[in-house]
Amino acid sequence: MKTVKVGLGTCGISAGGEKVFQAFQDELKEHPQAFILKETGCVGMCYREVLVEVSNGNGEGHLYGEVTPERVGRIVEEDILKDSGIDEWLVRGEGREPGFFENQTRIVLRNCGIIDPGSIEEYIEHDGYKAARTALTEMTPETIIEEVTISGLKGRGGGGFPTGTKWKFTRQAPGDAKYIICNADEGDPGAFMDRSILEGDPNAVLEGMIIAGFAIGASEAYVYCRAEYPKAVARLRQAIAQAKKHNFLGRNIFGTDLSFDIKVKEGAGAFVCGEETALIASLEGRRGMPRFRPPFPAQSGLWGKPTNINNVETYANVPWIILNGGAAYAAYGTDDSKGTKVFAMAGKVRRTGLVEVPMGITINSIIFDVCGGIIDDRKFKAVQMGGPSGGCIPADMCDIQIDYQQINRTGAIMGSGGLIVMDETTCMVDVAKFFLTFTQLESCGKCTFCRIGTKRMLEILERITVGEGTMEDLDNLDELSEQIKDASLCGLGQTAPNPVLTTLKHFRDEYVAHIRDKKCPAHVCPTLLTYTINDNCTGCTVCAKACPTEAIFGEKKELHVIEQDKCIKCGKCFTVCRFDAVDKD
Amino acid sequence: MPGTVEDHFKTFNVDLWKYDGQAGALIPLLQSAQDTYGYISEKAIDYISHVTGIPAAEIYGVVTFYAQFRTKPLGKYVIKVCNGTACHVNGAKGIGDTITDELNLDYDETSDDGNFSMLSVACIGCCSLAPVIVINDETYGRLTPAKLRKILRTYKHRAKQQAKAEAGD
Repeated sequence: MKTVKVGLGTCGISAGGEKVFQAFQDELKEHPQAFILKETGCVGMCYREVLVEVSNGNGEGHLYGEVTPERVGRIVEEDILKDSGIDEWLVRGEGREPGFFENQTRIVLRNCGIIDPGSIEEYIEHDGYKAARTALTEMTPETIIEEVTISGLKGRGGGGFPTGTKWKFTRQAPGDAKYIICNADEGDPGAFMDRSILEGDPNAVLEGMIIAGFAIGASEAYVYCRAEYPKAVARLRQAIAQAKKHNFLGRNIFGTDLSFDIKVKEGAGAFVCGEETALIASLEGRRGMPRFRPPFPAQSGLWGKPTNINNVETYANVPWIILNGGAAYAAYGTDDSKGTKVFAMAGKVRRTGLVEVPMGITINSIIFDVCGGIIDDRKFKAVQMGGPSGGCIPADMCDIQIDYQQINRTGAIMGSGGLIVMDETTCMVDVAKFFLTFTQLESCGKCTFCRIGTKRMLEILERITVGEGTMEDLDNLDELSEQIKDASLCGLGQTAPNPVLTTLKHFRDEYVAHIRDKKCPAHVCPTLLTYTINDNCTGCTVCAKACPTEAIFGEKKELHVIEQDKCIKCGKCFTVCRFDAVDKD
Repeated sequence: MPGTVEDHFKTFNVDLWKYDGQAGALIPLLQSAQDTYGYISEKAIDYISHVTGIPAAEIYGVVTFYAQFRTKPLGKYVIKVCNGTACHVNGAKGIGDTITDELNLDYDETSDDGNFSMLSVACIGCCSLAPVIVINDETYGRLTPAKLRKILRTYKHRAKQQAKAEAGD
């Protein structure tokens, strides 16, 4: 019998996945037992959602994209009942989306979009909890930590600290009670790797945490999950309940004397809680404000006990490493950076979604080979990596490899994996302003330079984008940046100036154009634009009617004119014109 | 409100009360209060303070620190505008401006008639549909100002009909 899997990650649901699922359920009523209906997580092709896979008993199948409830009838009729695939709706297979899957190496995402995340049995069928069993019954904490160290795995949340070393520190820290925390407070705007992993394969994260718990000597664990991720929270809770039934959590796991429990705590919306000491403060019920380190959480973390904090993607790597050996993991990548990295692709790239690539691949290769290049074949300008803590890497430097050291040298950081692609229609000053607006808002206010410095920097950027900046402002931005970096306690403040510093370094001419020429080269900053009407105008009067200030004149069927004194640059005429007759410069 | 304060708060998720006296329970308690009432009232703060022994001022400090907590009730229709990076580069600003223009409402405000609230959220995770808004639980993607105006007008109409129906009762 054929199996139908509907992608119901957040991306699938936003695109209308639940309605598609419902449509299949209705079909089942009409054709009872014609197929098995399941849900699955995100396979990464967010740009083609809603995705539906129809597979036969041998696991061979068809992946359909952009499925709507209206298309469901035909899929059932032709693919399921008559066993003939619908060619024009397929998104995977010969000649379709070439390179997207072929250029990926899926370790963390091995089950995402393949198994039903609500069924622990399916996870077990895909070698689930085998690594935990091996670790707990055949290995010692020391050999586990050794294996993780050999793998070269580094913290995937952005810090990039070697995971094996972190585990060793926490194991060696004196104390009877120790804690494991999974940081799932993914807050970077434009990053959704952790959410997809939790929604698509929650058990992989739990299994990684169980192995970490045994290696470190902890019996209690928390997942601190962003409250804006209700689906991920629900998936986690479901997976924990199922794991308890199978005795993968609870007392005497696998017949050993290890007891281990995982609780889910929802964050309450504060970006700074991604910082480990702030996260701990929040777990303890206080305002999530960072504190001075040392002592590091490995010595004194939650309730003052030794605590190991890793992020979602880091834990999700662990079962694979235990099953296949650290050396197999380390076989991927460069001297400095081993294994794979998941990236959330967004911005002006053709294939937006989630990809997992081996370390050492070039940025160009991710954008062009995996993700199909830039929308409308426009000119590739830069990528932004690392979110508000990261920076922009210009196109001509994008032949560098994905590698912690190489990326750091550009002024950006690996970060948690948000990769935003920008083309010639993106204004770099506006991007810097966007990220600084975010950090300024999210600064917890503890350190003066982060609290007030980011505000002053933002004011300067706002001045520049409305054409009131001076060249002196650029020096002030540089100086403020250095001061904020030096005088902030935590990562949020220390990295907040990065988006400004990297754009100043690589795109200084754009800042200068805003200041000296009062022009925005990418035509983004509205105050600096001039709207005019060209000869394409048919005199349809739509723009004149739309103009809120009655700045557009002209007789019907004759060329219209914008009176510049009256124009408030709202861009309405540009949006409503159907003849490409409005120019902005 | 009839009954004692305790009666009033019985509707809190009962499970949570087992955290009594345990540190770390404050945020789940506040989340439960907000789930039940839609916002965190002064009364709720006083009551949580009374039960946990945490000073009300400290609780208020926690409430105002986190973006999730509100001290005022929200409108019938909550419009969340995604201002994540993908939406930003795809014109989220114009989307926000359109709502402001159409409903005379700015971020973090609730309309006087209590029908609409407008909130800004960072990435809701459907970047491929950018720019995106969510009204209550319904997601609207690939928006243009014109498309959005149409959507908002249907909601306005719906709110009006509802008000009429309620007045008729």
